Amino acid sequence: MTEAEIYAGLTELLRDLFLRDDLVATPTLTAPDVPGWDSLKQINVIIAAEQRFGVKFSSREIESFEDVGSLARTILDRLG
Amino acid sequence: MSIAPALYWLPENPGWRSAAQDFRKSPTWAAAVALADARLDFVRTDMLDGLVRDAFQDAPQAEAAASVRLAVLGSSTLTHLMAGIRVAALRRGVHLTTYEGDYGQYRQALNDADSGLGAFNPTAILFAFDPWHVTAGIHPGLTTKDVDLLFDSVTETIAACWRTARENFGCAILQQTILPTFAPLLGSNEQRLAGSRAGFVRRLNAWLSAQSRAQGVELVALDERAAADGLDAWHDPALWYRSKQEISPAAAPIYGELVVRVLAALQGRSRKCLVLDLDNTIWGGVVGDDGVDGLVLGQGSALGEAFTAVQTYARDLAARGVVLAVCSKNDEANAFEAFDRHPEMVLRRGDIACFAVNWSDKAANLRAVAGELNIGLDSLVFLDDNPAERDLVRRELPMVAVPEIGDDPALYPRTIADAGYFESTGVTDDDRERTRQYRGNRQRDAARETATDMPSYLKGLEMRMLWRPFDRVGLARIVQLINKTNQFNLTTRRYTEKQVSDLMTDPRALTLQIRLIDTFGDNGIVAIVIGRLVGNTLEIDTWLMSCRVLGRQVEAATLNLIAEQALKMGAARLMGEYRPSAKNGMVRDHYRKLGFADIGADSAGHAKSMRDLSDFAPLESFIAIEEG
Repeated sequence: MTEAEIYAGLTELLRDLFLRDDLVATPTLTAPDVPGWDSLKQINVIIAAEQRFGVKFSSREIESFEDVGSLARTILDRLG
Repeated sequence: MSIAPALYWLPENPGWRSAAQDFRKSPTWAAAVALADARLDFVRTDMLDGLVRDAFQDAPQAEAAASVRLAVLGSSTLTHLMAGIRVAALRRGVHLTTYEGDYGQYRQALNDADSGLGAFNPTAILFAFDPWHVTAGIHPGLTTKDVDLLFDSVTETIAACWRTARENFGCAILQQTILPTFAPLLGSNEQRLAGSRAGFVRRLNAWLSAQSRAQGVELVALDERAAADGLDAWHDPALWYRSKQEISPAAAPIYGELVVRVLAALQGRSRKCLVLDLDNTIWGGVVGDDGVDGLVLGQGSALGEAFTAVQTYARDLAARGVVLAVCSKNDEANAFEAFDRHPEMVLRRGDIACFAVNWSDKAANLRAVAGELNIGLDSLVFLDDNPAERDLVRRELPMVAVPEIGDDPALYPRTIADAGYFESTGVTDDDRERTRQYRGNRQRDAARETATDMPSYLKGLEMRMLWRPFDRVGLARIVQLINKTNQFNLTTRRYTEKQVSDLMTDPRALTLQIRLIDTFGDNGIVAIVIGRLVGNTLEIDTWLMSCRVLGRQVEAATLNLIAEQALKMGAARLMGEYRPSAKNGMVRDHYRKLGFADIGADSAGHAKSMRDLSDFAPLESFIAIEEG
């Protein structure tokens, strides 16, 4: 899976999760940029990404997600 | 990587996302229900819930099948599960609002008048306790005696919650079982360590299933579901540490299904009839082409045994109250020959309440089945191996449940069970007799068609109405009817088992359970009446009847019985009440037809009517009334 495909997938996922069609997953996008992205939504983002890309993140990885870029990189590392 | 439990029996909808966009622009309740009736993961469940809540703050009175207010009181984070519950209700056309207790504050919510729970006025309360909470203090160092004391204390707390909920709110009570999240300390013989948390959870779950019935509490068996799906699908330890989510958000859609199924069963919204296709659904092969002897069924092949298991499952469902019907494109003679002649058939013709075997399209035949059995299309589940037929029926009759059963009969029984269509909270004697009763109905219909006129048909039925006041023996069925009957129900008042049994000892209450017997058999309890003597007026609080006995003069005979009993209690008149609901339009003129005079509506819009008893002459009917 290419990086572009991962970002496209994350974009659709964020749009569904936050009911906003103008959201675009970019490397620098963070939770404070999106109204409603609180700690519970953060978990939904992570689990939705796990399901969509068929991966399971470790507790350490989850702690390290600071922005969409770090999430996308981890997925890319896994799927190579 | 754990697999989230999917609603796999529901069809995938490739156009779901664009349909959701359309809904956002012009939301309708029907479109919302259609969006819910698809294989949704938790993201789409959340999404749909958000869209629907924006569009419908209140229940759309005219369209929603019912409105439910569910309070969820628990010990850990529950917010992420609410959308799953609401969308599962939406899937059944029900508008459900939730009240979520403050984190861990379930006792305060129940007892504190200002908690907000009272204002919410729940129609049901669900207790959701996590395994850490209920095993607090348990550790392997404890003696058996210490553990027993803790067990008694925990179970007493739970029972006290049930009692308080019943006394303060008088609503339905649901209790979810405890998820077995703890790693064992011994292994296979874990129960030999008294202070094991895993063993304690198992013991609690055994207690819940033993005690719930007697306490009028319905279980939501998370532990069983998690055992089938795998615990990982339900519980992620990392999420517990991170946010005290006992149940993973990914499991919210199936969690909601489990909860709402029990609520649906209590309200009589479970499906009632399993309609079976024949060729390659209950036997292998095509009877018209392969002949009866060429069918794959029974011992001798794995596939044949799988089809036998499908038939056995259907027969067992029928034995506990699900009605069976057949809808198949075949020559009727060929189909009957298979039923009558194939030695490995588990299902016999007598197990099937209604056959629609012809070459008409299946949607038309399903309509005919519902018509003949006198049940709604939304009571049907249609099992068919052919994806094209399934698709056609879904498009023509969206209210019929059509599971995605795949093409392996070995998986059909599990799929029907996982879909939870026939959820039931108990089995009454009437349930066991259901197929016979429906078959009796069809024989009656045939008799009516051949009779030259209605009176001679009714006379020929030799009907006897057996009545008794409410009693322990009839209690389960009485409560079931009070909570399930929607159409022929004048006031749609719902009562708990406790409230009904309180009536048994109330000297000012008239309670009647009415059974109808005729030449074709026992129809079971077909009508329930509750009256209250206020001054010298007997107010008819509840009058409901099974639609199966419409047109049989049961209404007239019941009024004669009410009048007779009311006079004995010292009443001078009867007061009837009609409270309109979405489903009871058929009884709008019930009291008028029985000679009551309208006396206007009360402030809530409930029509009242009166009938004086001083000149009461029994209405004519062919039904003999007997106490017994």
